[in-house]
Amino acid sequence: MARIDSLAELDKLRERLQEEMRLREGGEEVKVVVTMGTCGIAAGAREVITAILEEISKRGLKGVTVGQTGCAGLCHYEPLVEVERPGTEKVTYVHVDEKKAREIVSKHLVNGQVIKEWTIK
Amino acid sequence: MNLYRAHVLVCAGAGCISSGCQGVKNALLESISRLGLEREVKVVETGCMGPCDLGPVIVVYPEGVFYRKLKPADAVEIAEEHLLKGRVVERLLYRVPEDGRTAATFDQIDFFKKQTRIALRNTGIINPESVEEYIARDGYRALGKVLSSMSPQEVIECVKKSGLRGRGGAGFPTGLKWEFSAKAPGSPKYVVCNADEGDPGAFMDRSILEGDPHSVLEGMAICGYAIGANQGYVYVRAEYPLAVQRLSLAIEKAREYGLLGQNIFGTGFSFDVEIRVGAGAFVCGEETALLASIEGRRGEPRPRPPFPAQSGLWGKPTVINNVETWANVPPIILNGPEWFASIGTEKSKGTKVFALAGKVNNTGLVEVPMGTTLREIIFDLGGGIPGGKQFKAVQTGGPSGGCIPARYLDVPVDYESLTQLGAIMGSGGMIVLDEDTCMVDLARFFLEFVQDESCGKCSPCRIGTKRMLEILERITRGEGRDGDIELLEELGHHIKSSALCGLGQTAPNPVLSTIRYFREEYEAHIYQKKCPARVCRELVVYTIDEEKCNGCGRCRVVCPAGAIFGEKKKPHRIEVEKCIRCGTCMEKCKFSAIYSL
Repeated sequence: MARIDSLAELDKLRERLQEEMRLREGGEEVKVVVTMGTCGIAAGAREVITAILEEISKRGLKGVTVGQTGCAGLCHYEPLVEVERPGTEKVTYVHVDEKKAREIVSKHLVNGQVIKEWTIK
Repeated sequence: MNLYRAHVLVCAGAGCISSGCQGVKNALLESISRLGLEREVKVVETGCMGPCDLGPVIVVYPEGVFYRKLKPADAVEIAEEHLLKGRVVERLLYRVPEDGRTAATFDQIDFFKKQTRIALRNTGIINPESVEEYIARDGYRALGKVLSSMSPQEVIECVKKSGLRGRGGAGFPTGLKWEFSAKAPGSPKYVVCNADEGDPGAFMDRSILEGDPHSVLEGMAICGYAIGANQGYVYVRAEYPLAVQRLSLAIEKAREYGLLGQNIFGTGFSFDVEIRVGAGAFVCGEETALLASIEGRRGEPRPRPPFPAQSGLWGKPTVINNVETWANVPPIILNGPEWFASIGTEKSKGTKVFALAGKVNNTGLVEVPMGTTLREIIFDLGGGIPGGKQFKAVQTGGPSGGCIPARYLDVPVDYESLTQLGAIMGSGGMIVLDEDTCMVDLARFFLEFVQDESCGKCSPCRIGTKRMLEILERITRGEGRDGDIELLEELGHHIKSSALCGLGQTAPNPVLSTIRYFREEYEAHIYQKKCPARVCRELVVYTIDEEKCNGCGRCRVVCPAGAIFGEKKKPHRIEVEKCIRCGTCMEKCKFSAIYSL
């Protein structure tokens, strides 16, 4: 590990480390929920959630919690990914795969663009 | 950076380690790997979360779901249900004692909800072996702030203004102590952490060292800057191996990051800390004895003045504060003295950590603002007395403290109020006593402890406590004489005024305070030869109620002294001369036919 040589360096390191701890703090933030009932997992939800976690870490995105939930009752649309920003309506993506998952992170979470064609019709 | 969707915090305080948290953690890890969740779920060991009675405990984030009293098999179920499928395992949740409702998260449980955590701000939340998690929670920022934007004098002013007082027992204003050392001539100066926590039933300092060791190191480094010291020592007892291990690791990690050592934050300030492991003599918690022990001499106190602030370690100016005091320093620097001073009472600012032990439902660790009443601590946080028994008294401050009876339950707890009641704040041990406690026997227990731990250097303590103990032993054997109470009081007052150090000066407190509030129990022992709580063996007589006894013979079989006689299906009787008063017969009787007097 590198030596910390100034208060500014400590602050920079802290900001990075705080993201890892965010889970334990709670509060207002963007929520990404993958439905992971038996149907979702069978359809590949596990690969999807792993891809989302990886992508968020790689980009150092702040203020996002990733969670799972049970079957949403839309089994033939699985895997489903729900994105919820405070103050806006929930967006539900369907038939998500690893590639789509990464794109949801880069377009929706980073740039705020909803990818309409993948949402529920 | 590694992001996970869930963090599972496994309490690895010494309490949970003894109730088996390692097995739970291993079962969790195995299940997580079997289910292929390693990339999604992180398992973190933390310091003590506080509710030791419920151990082993874990918390699952982001939901913050709290599970208690786990066995390895339960951990497997949590992994399969909660972590894999997202379904909370209801049967492992905490239940509110009053109505049996389940409470999933901390904000639904009184024990957590009613606490204000400053010294324990990270304990139970971060991994104590990770300096990174400490940094993420504002760790070492106070040190950075002090070194880059405050003068030593400003730091001292800040601590003085906050009103922080020593958490080790005496409650001396911390800022003032720092100022004395800063102004004292002599170089080098030293910073010492007193982690020689020795009161029976007290484990506040151990939990902080085990759960958040960096907060102590940071506090010490800040003081080092304020008084002009470059070397610190933590004096910790060998009976705390986990604390020693985690503290050593913390020092090592802090050095690697350059947070201890030479030229910290590139400011030219250097400060390092070493551990001194004590052999566990109670007297070494007394500051002058502690310093002697660090120097490699026999752990014996010396008269003060000169105080350590003027002449401490190797005769040099030394600030010595206790663990909890140090842990309070970084938040004071970061949030400002006004913030700290806004919590607590007029003369006692901030919070205090208490270790709840004895006859109370939620034994464990709590931190509450100064001025919280004993009733709130024992009944709201502590959950009251188990088994429907009556609250009798609470013993605060360990062997140096005293007993506070039920009629003072609504007194707000601070340094002054407890002293007025003849007890002391002490380091924060709180032993709750119920109706089954004999106050004379309790006083005898504490006196036996200090008698044993007396270093023997001064005669009031060495001989005085011995004589007091002899009198108490006589009283509990039923050989008390008229005038014993007065003699105890006289001896007690003399020892208090003439002993050399804090140990001796406070040793009579448990006796004096029990005489003050429970004199009638002493009188019952001496004049009626009765122990009202039926604890003192020699004073208890077991009798069989012939109307209730159906002659089953159970008592006769279990009696180890062969003191019970009787024919089958006819009432039995106990021969008093043979009875050794073990109480086994009463325990085993299914018909409540045996009673004690």
